[in-house]
Amino acid sequence: MIAFENVAYNYGGGELLSEVSLKLAPGSFHFLTGPSGSGKSTFLKLCYGELLPTAGRLTLFDREVRGLNRDEIARIRGRMGIVHQDCQFLDHLPMAANVALPATVTGREAPMQDLADLMGWVGLADVMQAMPPHLSGGERQRAALARAIIMSPEVVLADEPTGNLDWDMSLRLLQLLIELNRMGKTILIATHDLNLIRTAKQQVAARVLRIAKRRVQLAGADL
Amino acid sequence: MRRIIARLRPFLAAEGHRDNVVPPSGHTAWLTTFTAGAMTFLAVFALALSLAASRMADRWEGALARTATIRISAPPDQIELQTRAVLDLLATTPGIASARRIERAESLALLEPWFGPDLPLDALPLPQLVELTETEAGYDTTGLRLRLSAEAPGAVLDDHTRWRRPLVLAAERLNLLGLVSIGLIATAMGAMIVLAANASLAANAQVIRVLRLVGARDSYIVRAFTRRFTRRAFLGALAGTAAGMAGIALLPAADAAGGFLTGLGFQGAGWLLPLLLPPAAALVAFFATRAAAFRKLKELT
Ligand SMILES: Nc1ncnc2c1ncn2[C@@H]1O[C@H](COP(=O)(O)OP(=O)(O)O)[C@@H](O)[C@H]1O
Ligand SMILES: [Mg+2]
Repeated sequence: MIAFENVAYNYGGGELLSEVSLKLAPGSFHFLTGPSGSGKSTFLKLCYGELLPTAGRLTLFDREVRGLNRDEIARIRGRMGIVHQDCQFLDHLPMAANVALPATVTGREAPMQDLADLMGWVGLADVMQAMPPHLSGGERQRAALARAIIMSPEVVLADEPTGNLDWDMSLRLLQLLIELNRMGKTILIATHDLNLIRTAKQQVAARVLRIAKRRVQLAGADL
Repeated sequence: MRRIIARLRPFLAAEGHRDNVVPPSGHTAWLTTFTAGAMTFLAVFALALSLAASRMADRWEGALARTATIRISAPPDQIELQTRAVLDLLATTPGIASARRIERAESLALLEPWFGPDLPLDALPLPQLVELTETEAGYDTTGLRLRLSAEAPGAVLDDHTRWRRPLVLAAERLNLLGLVSIGLIATAMGAMIVLAANASLAANAQVIRVLRLVGARDSYIVRAFTRRFTRRAFLGALAGTAAGMAGIALLPAADAAGGFLTGLGFQGAGWLLPLLLPPAAALVAFFATRAAAFRKLKELT
């Protein structure tokens, strides 16, 4: 589904990621950890085609990413649910419209009931008509996750989706992602919340990728 | 035409939930509406000018049937001689397509409306008339006059319509200038709208980023922007057209003697023509914004 072959990336300075070779198989559940600034967000951006590898081969849905035009990238993003680290929204639209955006931009209709259910599940029932700038960091994160999964995408890429949340809410979001994974969706979550990882591992066969010394590698069972 | 209108309809409809993805406000909105309004206002006058000039050209052109007459007045015994001389001369003059003698009965018929049917016919010494038709290229008036005076002293060339020819030319030129003005106005409006669209796209870089994150294709983003600009231009043009048409309708009416200036209005079905300006402005805005947006999105990768 997403395959790295000897991929390297740098922002123009020194190499940030190098010799990355790994595959995210369909239906797999991965966590991505590493210290702040190690390149977790960068890795995710490579996964959804916002950044192109500076070396090596990266394929998304069996397509070499460098050969894709903008429409094809857009189509691939339509099959992905992305939670950006700083949760970007359209500030002039109410939250409900923001969460429904993946449907809107592809000319589909997000079923109102699904939208209400989903926002209720992530605890945003009361802020559906609120404007994004009026929401707290935690609310924005939950909304970002809701937006990412509203169209039931094949892959969910989430960049620290629980960073601003209390433990209970983190567990609720995790539960959503685990349910999606049980439906066969591929999940990748960047986080440094080790408790979250441990909890998940009790329920699904989650694997942990760790960034260390510019390499991205599978961590052992010690987590 | 119907297909184009069908394609434009969603762009002109009230702003629904769907095309709200671009924030509504910003000074570019007013710039577009105002530009479209002002430009269409000017275009109404250019159109009126062009139509009036075209009408005038037609009217004068019609009066310019390419014929002239030669009147031969001479003592009765010489008339036949001179007429034949004139016809011979015309037959060899370059630029003359045909010439024919107007028979006496025909001349009398021409006079009847003035003198009534009870005219003492035989008592009247009518001049002999010869009607000539010129070719496309025309003939040399001065040359013909000289030759006529040499060969038939009683013959007078009457080409009273000739002086209008340069006026017809000027009217046609004025008509063309009006059309060129409309073209220039459309171009200037398109350019202004491109500038406004570029400013709007730059100001909304964050919006574009979010839309791309959730899988929006370029064409979707472009549509969201073109919709806005098309609608604004259409509304502005509507106001500009209304103002321009009102201005022309309120021109003081004057009698026919007023000539060109008072002929500036629209006439009959001509009043429908300026109604094409708002859709035309919408089309210009549509294509200008579309081109600008696709170019900008290519930069923003
Ligand atoms: N757009 C950018 N241009 C240059 N450097 C960047 C850019 N984005 C991130 N970096 C740098 O790359 C490194 C990794 O960033 P990031 O992938 O955000 O790490 P993480 O998500 O693990 O905290 C950081 O040192 C950061 O400063
Ligand atoms: Mg990060």
